[in-house]
Order: sequence, then structure tokens, then C-alpha cells
Amino acid sequence: MPLLAAEGLTRRFGALVANDSVDLTVMPGEIHALLGENGAGKSTLVKMLYGLLQPDAGIIRWKGDAVTLPTPKAARGLGIGMVFQHFSLFDALTVAENVALALDDARPLRAVSDELADISRAYGLPLEPRREVWRLSVGARQRIEIVRCLMQNPDLLILDEPTSVLTPQESEGLFATLRTLRAEGRAVLYISHKLEEVRGLCEAATILRQGRVVDRCDPRQQTAGSLARMMVGAHIAEVRRARAEARIGPVRLRVDHLSVPSEDPQGTALKDVTLEVGTGEILGIAGVAGNGQDELFAALSGEVRAPEAGNIVLEGTPIGWNGINARRRAAAAFVPEERLGHAAAPRLPLSENALMAGHAKGGFTRRGLIDRGRMLGWVDAVTHAFDVRKGPRDPEARALSGGNLQKFVVGREILGKPRLLVVAQPTWGVDAGAASLIRQALIDLAARGASVLVISQDLDELFEIADRMAVIFHGRLSPAYPAEDLTREAVGLLMGGEGFGPGREAA
Amino acid sequence: MTLAEAIFLTVITASTPLLLAAIGELVVERSGVLNLGVEGMMIMGAASGVAVAIVTGSSVLGVVAAIGAGMAMAALFALLTLGLATNQVAAGLSLTIFGLGLSGVVGAPFVGMQRAGIAKIEVPFLSELPLIGPILFRQDPFVYGSVALVAGVAWFLWRTKAGLVLRACGENPVSAHALGYPVLRIRFAAVLFGGACAGLAGAYLSLVLTPFWTAGMTAGRGWIALAIVVFASWLPWRAMLGAYLFGGLIILQLHAQTAGVRVPSQLLAALPYLLTIVALTVIMALRRGGGQVAPQALGRPFVPDR
Repeated sequence: MPLLAAEGLTRRFGALVANDSVDLTVMPGEIHALLGENGAGKSTLVKMLYGLLQPDAGIIRWKGDAVTLPTPKAARGLGIGMVFQHFSLFDALTVAENVALALDDARPLRAVSDELADISRAYGLPLEPRREVWRLSVGARQRIEIVRCLMQNPDLLILDEPTSVLTPQESEGLFATLRTLRAEGRAVLYISHKLEEVRGLCEAATILRQGRVVDRCDPRQQTAGSLARMMVGAHIAEVRRARAEARIGPVRLRVDHLSVPSEDPQGTALKDVTLEVGTGEILGIAGVAGNGQDELFAALSGEVRAPEAGNIVLEGTPIGWNGINARRRAAAAFVPEERLGHAAAPRLPLSENALMAGHAKGGFTRRGLIDRGRMLGWVDAVTHAFDVRKGPRDPEARALSGGNLQKFVVGREILGKPRLLVVAQPTWGVDAGAASLIRQALIDLAARGASVLVISQDLDELFEIADRMAVIFHGRLSPAYPAEDLTREAVGLLMGGEGFGPGREAA
Repeated sequence: MTLAEAIFLTVITASTPLLLAAIGELVVERSGVLNLGVEGMMIMGAASGVAVAIVTGSSVLGVVAAIGAGMAMAALFALLTLGLATNQVAAGLSLTIFGLGLSGVVGAPFVGMQRAGIAKIEVPFLSELPLIGPILFRQDPFVYGSVALVAGVAWFLWRTKAGLVLRACGENPVSAHALGYPVLRIRFAAVLFGGACAGLAGAYLSLVLTPFWTAGMTAGRGWIALAIVVFASWLPWRAMLGAYLFGGLIILQLHAQTAGVRVPSQLLAALPYLLTIVALTVIMALRRGGGQVAPQALGRPFVPDR
């Protein structure tokens, strides 16, 4: 008998049908993958299974009986636990307090701490109960989420993109934990974009597209390519690039022994970072989140000035002391990691967002006044070139889906014909179609002679597009190696800090 | 009674309404709601308290009415900020202005009517102790109540699951909602508690401290209570310290004026706020490792998706 069976689940948001008669069956002791592009309806489905949303139609069966899940508490009561993609942790509270909040019984905090220690030992999830969450790494935060689910002794654990923030080694640790759970007869519903992972871990998969179940399969019998085709329903364009040697020219951007203290007390200081990007080259910077990527981006974009002007040299000119606008006028362009709030102002229309990034280089004003016609024309140009899907001609930035907004912010910069583009997490949380379009655009930009620096945590992405790769760890940057000389394992070790030790050459 | 005793007694009576209002607002802010209407709730408590006490002749009913009036004002605030998710700062400011005006109407018939204050409770034996006896153990019930309230709030916030949940709502309402806690209902309860405390503080003003009604008699005490919460970095026992410190400043200001000390009274009146700024600066400097002092979601409306 299935542990969980959803039958004909339907959920509408206004005119949008987020889930259209979705069937899903999870067996006990099974790791079941839920695959689909962004906006395919995965989140809506699991929110209904966890009692966060109510279905408009359809039934949920738990161990054969039809159940209603009015609240997450009801779901937890049955034995359903969920680890969210964006951690639902309380930074100012301790690990034990965070765990206690997720428990429905009022156990005293000391008892919670003890049990927490037991579970973290049993499943290989090391945690200190009395630590405040803001002091912990991303991996440790995820361990809290998992432990607090396991405290409920669940029969089904739902994980929403759990490895997107982990190193390959940390991911392996997570998989080991999940396999232990499976061996105990518990089921796991596993949402992921990473198809290789799903193939290695899951024995069943349900694929959603536009709110409907389009396929079911055993991912072990599939290739990553065939899974991706099921997800997007069409062939994903293979990213093409020319041989590197033919294109790469002299150095355009040189970062020379750059050390910057972090303004954020929880941030990472940059220590003696040196790199070069040639014309026509894509340099990839890998690393686990929080190792100085934000600080590196801020230093390159001019949000934070370098100690010495000569720390950053663009086309022979020291620009370390220049501000953002001066750097943009020197034909540099920047796409920060956070789409909403950093790359784009959520409540401003796209045209004004275009103006904000483009005003330094001019072209949007006439006699000191904003030229609305030209701004709208620019929005149309970006929309057309980057296939940005939106309702009205000039909607607020927050009205766009993640993938479409990302296409807009990347497109906005690329259409400005920069000679240097610095981009952080270009395809973070973006569906496969949009991701391949953005990556191709970056490659094409480099092919036209621009220098591109990509900061990303997605190794597949970097291997796909980067000519050379370096790894950032604790604010220090490894030497850059040609991508074809690197393996995932080698990069993974660097991401974990191997080879950064004092007195040793980087491996 | 020695002069020192007399000064200590006046400090305690000046501090108690500050403490009552501050401890209520502390709970409100811990739940993530910033209610700047403390002054308005307090003065409505003062007016309603004195009105009901004079009409019924019962101080107890007066206190109950004051608490009720504070809670009614708080409920209005909650309707605006929680129910309709309006801006908390704007709603709080209008609540203060509204309360100052309405209290004048409620209190108008009672202007100039005086009542006897509420009797003090003498703790047997202990009140006979030299020096501290009369100060600590010969007080009105509000003083004992306010200390018990601080202890109760401290215990509730850090020793009970419900208190943990309340703090969680103030840190990250989205996560608290995702875990299945009714964020808006919890915040509503916290706001009502804050209103009750502010109303009680108002009753203390009009029934004990100066047992009659005058318009605008809160005289900015609600704002000082708000400053105390920040000064105390949202910790109950520190709020008590802050209330007594600021109460002491008020008394100092009075004595300085009568003694003819040539310090501008405006400067003395500004001291609580200046001290709050200094305290915040010091706390942040000591916390250089990071971490937030204020509840992270303080003042931000939360709308659960449905």
C-alpha cells in the first residue's frame, strides 16, 4: 500500500492553475524525485501535502485513508516532515530553540537538547544545541532543518532543493543520511533541479510541467538528458562554444593582491585575491556560499572601494577607487546575485530598472529629462532579445517570475555591449530553458571579445561555460586552472578548503 | 521619614507607570509589532480609570476600566496593522493623537474632581526594616504588581514554549507561519497585552500618582516607555532598570528645577532619549561579532498567503 497517494489534486491562484489534477504516489522506503522547471507547480504540490495550502479539488490519502491537512501541524501529526528550500530558521534563536519550535509537544528545552544530540549523532548530522543560528554555516543550518524534522519521527520527509547550497562533499553526507532513512523504511520526497543527483539517489520520479504530471519514470533507467527533456517538453538547446585558444586575447581585467575587510560582521574578508581575465574569456569562480563571493562582487562592482586604486586594473587603468558609475562608463557591467532588491528594485517598472543600470552610460535622457520612449524601447529590445515573458509592456519587476526577471537583468547588461561583465549566480533558481538561454548569451558575449567573470555555486554551470576556473574559500582565491584540466572532485576538494592550508601550494 | 527615603519613594512612584507601559510594549515588540500608540493607550486608561472610579466609587472598577480602555485602543491598532496590514508607525502615531483627543472628551466632566489615592500595602515585619522597609515594603499594589509583571514576562518569554513562539513571530513571521503558528493571532494577543499594560499605567497616573484628571496628564510618559524598551535592548529585567533610571531622571529634573539649578529643563527632559541612544551605541559596540538586538521583523507587516 502506498504511504502517500495524492489523487487529482488541483489548486488555482486566480486564473492560474498551479496544479491541475495531479496524481502522486510515494511508497514506504522510497526516495521519490519530484522534477519540474520553476513554476511547474512543485512547490504548490508539496505545500498542499504539508498543509500549508488547501487543494481546491482532489484528495490526499495517507496509508490508504483519505485525510485533510488544514495545517502543517496536522501533517506533522501524521508523520510528514518538510525541509524548506529557504530555511525557515530563526537567526537570533539557538539551535535547540529552533528545534523546539518545530515540535508540537511542549518538551522542556533541556530534553530537546538531549534528544537533538542523540539524533545528530545517530544520523551523522553534527550540531551544537546552544549555538545561535546566525553563527552557523549554511550546511549546519540545513542540518538543523533535517534534525528538527527527524525529531518528529516522520514516515515521509519532503526536501525542497536541499543540495543547492552544499559542496559536493556536503551533498554526499546528506545522501548518506537519506539512504539511512530509506533503510529504516522511511520515504523521502526529493525536489531537485540536479538531474545527476536524482539519478544517483532516487528510484522513482514524477515529472511536472505547467501544473500537470507529464511523466513518471525510474530515474536510474534514464539519462540526465532524457530527464531534462521530460521536464521542459522539448529539446534544450545545447550550449555551444568555440575552442578557447582561438578567442582569448590579452588581459583586460587584473585584480592584484586585493584584500578587503568585510563590512558585514558576519561576512568574509577578501585576502590577497589575484586574478586575470583575458579578452574573450569566461573566468568562473566556484565556491560554497559565504566564502567571500559577495565581497568579491562588491569590490569588483565598486560598491566597496579597494584599498589601492591599483588593486583592480581595467584595460590598463587603475579603477580600484572608482565608483560604480565610473566603472560602468568604462564599459563594465554587473549583475548581482539577488534579483529582487539588488539587481532590480521590486516595485519599480522594468523601464525604470533599466534606467537605473544604464543612466551612467547615458542614452536615456534628453536635456536632463528622462526619455520615457527610449526607456520603453530599451525594455522592448531586452524583452525581444532575451525572450522575457511578461503580461503588460512595462510591469513592476516583482511581477516577473524569477527566470524571466533574471533574463531581463542579464539582458539589460549584455545589450549595453559591455567589455567586462561580472555576474554572480547567473542562473540561480532559474528553470532549465532560461538557464540555457542565459549561459548561451554569456558565451556569445565572450565570443564577441568581451571578458566575463562568473561567480557561481553551480559546478555544472561553470564546467559548461567557463574557460578557466578558480575557487574562493574563506576569502582567498585559488589559482585559475583551465576548465578542461579540472574534475568535479578536484574542484570539490578546493571548495572544501583542501590546498588552501598555510605553507602549501594550491593543488 | 528621611529625605533619602522620600526621594526613593518618589522615584519608585514615578517609575512604576513607565515600567508598566514599557513591559507591555516590550512584549508587543518581541512579537514583531511596533506600537507607537503607547501614549494614546495610556491616557485613555487614565481618563477611563478616573471616570469609572468617580462614577462607581470603586477604585478596582476604575482600574478594570482603564485596562479595558487600553485594550480597546490596542484592538483598534491591531485591526489596522494586523487585520489590514497598514503601516505600523503611521497607525501608532494616529493612535496616540486619537487617544490624546478622545481622553479629553471622556475626562471633561471630571476635571477638578479629586479622590483619595489607593491605599498602600504594608508587608508585616519587613516594612519595619530600617531604610529599605518603608521604600520596598510599604507600597501601593501597582508597585508590587509591576515587579511581578516583569518577573512573569521574563519567565514567559524565556522559559515557556508560548513565549518562544511569540519571540519567533517577532524574528521571522514567515517561518513561524510555515511551522504552523498563527502569527497574526499571537501578535494580536501581544498587542492586547501591551494595551492592557498601558491602560494600567494610565490608571496609576490618574488614581495613584495624581488622583485626579487633567487633560494630557501622561505628559510624554508613553514615549519614554518606548525609549525604555529600546534602552533595555528588549530584555525585561533591563527594562526595569531603565524604568527606574528614567523615573529617577524625572525626579531629578523636578528637584533641580525647585532647587534652581541652572540646567535647561529641556535638556533634562531629553536625557532619557539621549541615554537610550548612548545605551544602543554601547550595546552595538559590545556586540561587534554581529547578531541583532532588535527583533528582526519589528515593524514589518506580515500577510500570510492563503
